[in-house]
Amino acid sequence: MKDHQTISGAVHHDRQHDSAIKHVTGRAEYTDDIAEPYGTLHAYLGVSTVAHANIKGIDLSAVRAAPGVVDVLTADDIPGVNDISPTGKHDEPVFPTEKVEFHGQPMFAVIAETRDAARRAAELAQVDYEVLPHALDPVQAQEAGYPMITDPLKLERGDVEAGRKDAPHRIQAQMTVGGQDHMYLEGHIAFAIPGEDEDVTVHCSTQHPSEAQHMVAHVLGVANNAVTVNVRRMGGGFGGKESQMNLFCAVAAIAAKKHNRPVKIRPDRDQDMTATGKRHDFVIDYDVAFDDAGRIQAVEGGFAARCGYSSDLSGPVTDRALFHADNAYFYPNVLLKSRPMKTNTVSNTAFRGFGGPQGVVAAERMIEEIAYALGKDPLDVRKANFYGEEGRDLTPYHQKVEDNILDRLITELEENAEYRKRREEIIAFNKDSKIIKKGIALTPVKFGISFTATWYNQAGSLIHVYNDGSIHLNHGGTEMGQGLNTKVAQVVADAFQVDFERIKITKTTTEKVPNTSATAASSGSDLNGMAALDAAEQIIARLTKFAAEKHGVAEADVEFLPNRVRVGSEEIPFDTLVKEAYMARVHLSAAGFYKTPEIHWDRAAGKGQPFFYYAYGASCSEVSVDTLTGEYRVERTDILHDVGRSLNPVLDKGQVEGAFIQGMGWLTTEELWWDGEGRLRTHAPSTYKIPLASDRPRVFNTQLAEWSVNKKRTIKRSKAVGEPPFMLGISVFEALSMAVASTADYKVCPRLDAPATPERVLMAIETLKGQG
Amino acid sequence: MAHQTGIRFLLNGKDIVLDDVKATTTLLDFLRLEQRLTGTKEGCAEGDCGACTVLVGRLQNGALRYEAVNACIRFLASLNGCHVVTVEHLSGPNGRLHPVQQAMVEYHGSQCGFCTPGFVMSLYALWMENPQPTEVEVETAVQGNLCRCTGYEPIVKAALAVNQYGTPANDYLTTERDALTARLKAIQPKARVVTGPEDDRAILPLDAADLAEVLAENPKATIVAGSTDVGLWVTKFMKPISPVVFVAHLEELKAVELTDDALTIGAGVTYTESEAAIRDAFPHLSAYWDRIAGWQVRNMGTIGGNIANGSPIGDTPPVLISLGAEVMLQKQGGARTLPLEDFFIDYGKQDREPGDFVASIRIPRPVAGQIDAAYKISKRRDEDISSVAAGVSVTVKDGVITSARIAFGGMAATPKRAAGAEAALVGQPWGEAAFDAAAEAVKQDFTPLSDWRASAEYRALTASNLLRRFYLEHDAGTAGAVRLAVA
Repeated sequence: MKDHQTISGAVHHDRQHDSAIKHVTGRAEYTDDIAEPYGTLHAYLGVSTVAHANIKGIDLSAVRAAPGVVDVLTADDIPGVNDISPTGKHDEPVFPTEKVEFHGQPMFAVIAETRDAARRAAELAQVDYEVLPHALDPVQAQEAGYPMITDPLKLERGDVEAGRKDAPHRIQAQMTVGGQDHMYLEGHIAFAIPGEDEDVTVHCSTQHPSEAQHMVAHVLGVANNAVTVNVRRMGGGFGGKESQMNLFCAVAAIAAKKHNRPVKIRPDRDQDMTATGKRHDFVIDYDVAFDDAGRIQAVEGGFAARCGYSSDLSGPVTDRALFHADNAYFYPNVLLKSRPMKTNTVSNTAFRGFGGPQGVVAAERMIEEIAYALGKDPLDVRKANFYGEEGRDLTPYHQKVEDNILDRLITELEENAEYRKRREEIIAFNKDSKIIKKGIALTPVKFGISFTATWYNQAGSLIHVYNDGSIHLNHGGTEMGQGLNTKVAQVVADAFQVDFERIKITKTTTEKVPNTSATAASSGSDLNGMAALDAAEQIIARLTKFAAEKHGVAEADVEFLPNRVRVGSEEIPFDTLVKEAYMARVHLSAAGFYKTPEIHWDRAAGKGQPFFYYAYGASCSEVSVDTLTGEYRVERTDILHDVGRSLNPVLDKGQVEGAFIQGMGWLTTEELWWDGEGRLRTHAPSTYKIPLASDRPRVFNTQLAEWSVNKKRTIKRSKAVGEPPFMLGISVFEALSMAVASTADYKVCPRLDAPATPERVLMAIETLKGQG
Repeated sequence: MAHQTGIRFLLNGKDIVLDDVKATTTLLDFLRLEQRLTGTKEGCAEGDCGACTVLVGRLQNGALRYEAVNACIRFLASLNGCHVVTVEHLSGPNGRLHPVQQAMVEYHGSQCGFCTPGFVMSLYALWMENPQPTEVEVETAVQGNLCRCTGYEPIVKAALAVNQYGTPANDYLTTERDALTARLKAIQPKARVVTGPEDDRAILPLDAADLAEVLAENPKATIVAGSTDVGLWVTKFMKPISPVVFVAHLEELKAVELTDDALTIGAGVTYTESEAAIRDAFPHLSAYWDRIAGWQVRNMGTIGGNIANGSPIGDTPPVLISLGAEVMLQKQGGARTLPLEDFFIDYGKQDREPGDFVASIRIPRPVAGQIDAAYKISKRRDEDISSVAAGVSVTVKDGVITSARIAFGGMAATPKRAAGAEAALVGQPWGEAAFDAAAEAVKQDFTPLSDWRASAEYRALTASNLLRRFYLEHDAGTAGAVRLAVA
């Protein structure tokens, strides 16, 4: 008999990832591990070798003649619509017909008996290009008169002109913030199996099965109900598999239907990195006016982004950059504008934070500027500008900040990390140390939770209780490592008061829950946890009614206790009650649904309440910099992060630590580098450097703010955790900046762009020479 | 003697006999596509992410030793006579988790799980060798493993705790060591192996004399030792490389000899195998050695290969040139020795005649008054290719610099000495003035390129500053640290 008092896997308790044992034994099945049926074919993409050109002709004869090749798919083979734009803008063809618009753009797909044969043949196409001039970044694009790829956003409140006029100080500057490759360890992959009639089933690694389903239907010219998309798990997603899997699903499905054979497509790492989108790079112009106390009076910001050749998700991404250009600070007068620029690069896409981190970086840079200009500790400037009481609580998009906990959070972190003392020590150290210089920074994060596309804030679930008392759980979210399935199963276990092991977590499939939203925007457990709870509560209500009637007690006298149900004075094992309910013909299956309340957003007006609530956090990092080479080490990081009442503290802590390291990588060693021809030259882990274990802070303390409770009625009063901690990495960047600034006695805010590679750090030091 | 036309090895304790093996078939493809052992993952196919990490056990001087390697760039044919262990072989027959797996579960070391089997295998190799590692030793062991989810914290904690869940003494590879050794001895080749089709032919010579003969017969053959570079020619560039002559198994190329005068390292000696001797003879290279690639690549890659491929950004040539190393080239009917710097003629061009193979490298030991340093600058500290690498060897007698050998990688089309900087030092008294002059002179020695690793300006500035660092590090009057601590 199990513990009678508690269930295993209860909410608010640590519970290992439901696939942990499968992970460590290699038995967790990813899409490429699925046994291939006899006759499976393999697809591989042929890509453009120029950044911008008219296609005058394509000679595929050598490709077709290559050993093992069965077919070559081009735009002519698409039975439906040649478009996979996730926002319906019709600007993203599966295969282009007239023009290529970035180096590495997919132009056709080889279908062959083996992947190796397809991959080799894909190199053999002869394309006649009429080469056109190209623009690779937002500055080049603006100079060349390129259009914005989607409508820009403007957020405005107050009067920046008036605010500036009254302010004694003003700083205008520019900062470049680099993009980031997702570098999920499992690359893109789709595996399509044809069915009868118009049916096709696609196994793939997407965060958005419903969109993949709709896109496949769209390119095949069939109804959505003909297409099933299945995702058991992903080997990482981070936003890179939100819309980017559509291409691979479409190609596999077209080929599978055309040849009536299963077709798998898996690009190699280089093609994955060159042909699919990344985090947007930004060039940010900021103009900040402030008083002698460091209080901001007015902010004007221009956010130009490298969006790539198509819109993809660039609209909402650049919107979110503006939504977070305030980070945690009240701007009395503000004007923010996005410039989502079309460029001849791969179309950039979602990445953890979804534009938000770029906005936050800009806010923190402005704070640093003010601190250096006034000779203040940047933390004091931060505190002077936090959102506060009535009158200082309105965001640039006119939503009130009503759940701010930064005062307490920052105070605790400041004390735990001994920020003030260490800052003094560091300043003293820097005076005496000629070559090695140190820096420290404590930076906050406030992050808005909800999709800004309001209709995305809905979710569904499906729960079956079988007549032996075992439970089958399905919901619309996808598992990419974040532990979503574990958390949702905990919610269900808690609702039924049964042990976690009783619940079978199943693959995400469009057959069970329709019209789902992407597992994105940190919303996975908020939305799907609620939807699953709704389904569970429906079944519980039926069981309660049945038990009350059968035993002649009031429904209030039926109580679900750990693995048993109290009916009046009697306790019945859960299994027994379920069996009895089945025999009495009680419906033991339910579909659940949830939609986030209260939120609304008027984009044209730039006003509304796009976010249900905010998640908060802060980190304090200390670094050492070698001023001869720009090399650095992160000596220590302390984190205090808010996840409300955590559904699963150990999984949340894992999210926080992982996000911090990923955010640090974005701002330090991860550099995307295009050559003059528009070729991305950092396109594999050999050239694109994400952090290693040895890049972790030498001392790394991560804590959850255990006292925090979500003021809003979210699932068990928890908060979203996927994206907010990503921005904790900014403390490393600002600490590096301080170490650089020490070489000129902290008199000048260093011109440091991101990523702060050793080279950028050294060059920032060089720039400061003679300015101290 | 008739050639052997296939290969034999053990896979997870099972005998594998393959009659016809293509030279370019990788171990990873064999595992996943032919054996359906899908626990081993492909993350990058270039030996940089570690998702494909497996153990390869091989006889070294008669003793069986297991090492973590990258299956993605390891050619199947090179496993003749070895024992390959994959993640599927770790759990006990009753499904009980291995101590490494147990620790990874208990400490929440997996999130998406895709990198996990690779980490498990690297940590397995570490635990067998060093059951109670320090944090830095763990970090060094997983330099070749990328995780994008966890931020590594729980993985490192798991690695430090493995020994609580079991000791290597009870591990299958320990308890079965004698039997496995005997089985491997029984399948060692007794003749040259020639296998695979004409256009994808693999040749495994029986010994060094046979190698010379094979190369005389096939002067255009691709010589493969660790396959950490040639592996990418196949997996990334799909380059035809037939016929391929595998040399990593040849005992004669694996000699490491330390005398009073010099350290001589056979061309087939891996970075890992040379580590102890390097530490003894050239302590200044100890930390540098740990920054060459990741552990899996150090277990496969050879110093001979690093030299023979002629890359301008190889890690060992600059530091070996500064030490005055010589390379011995051998072919049927003769051998010759030349200073290492003369081996590199131009980009992609080395002084290697048809039939020649790199046999060994001789590194003279320091003389009295010799000060040596090795520097590597890269975007990421570990497992990265250097943007600038430098070897500096300066001899000081009675306060005067009597000789200087300074070589850089990443600054020219070949690893190259800094003639101007050397001239600025020789004959000068040890002091800041001499090194300031050298730091200026080195800017004239090179015209580096800009690429994705670093700009020309950064390379030039760093090269110059490294000479300042050398002075500060070795001058008695310098106060405070001049280099970042490792741990």
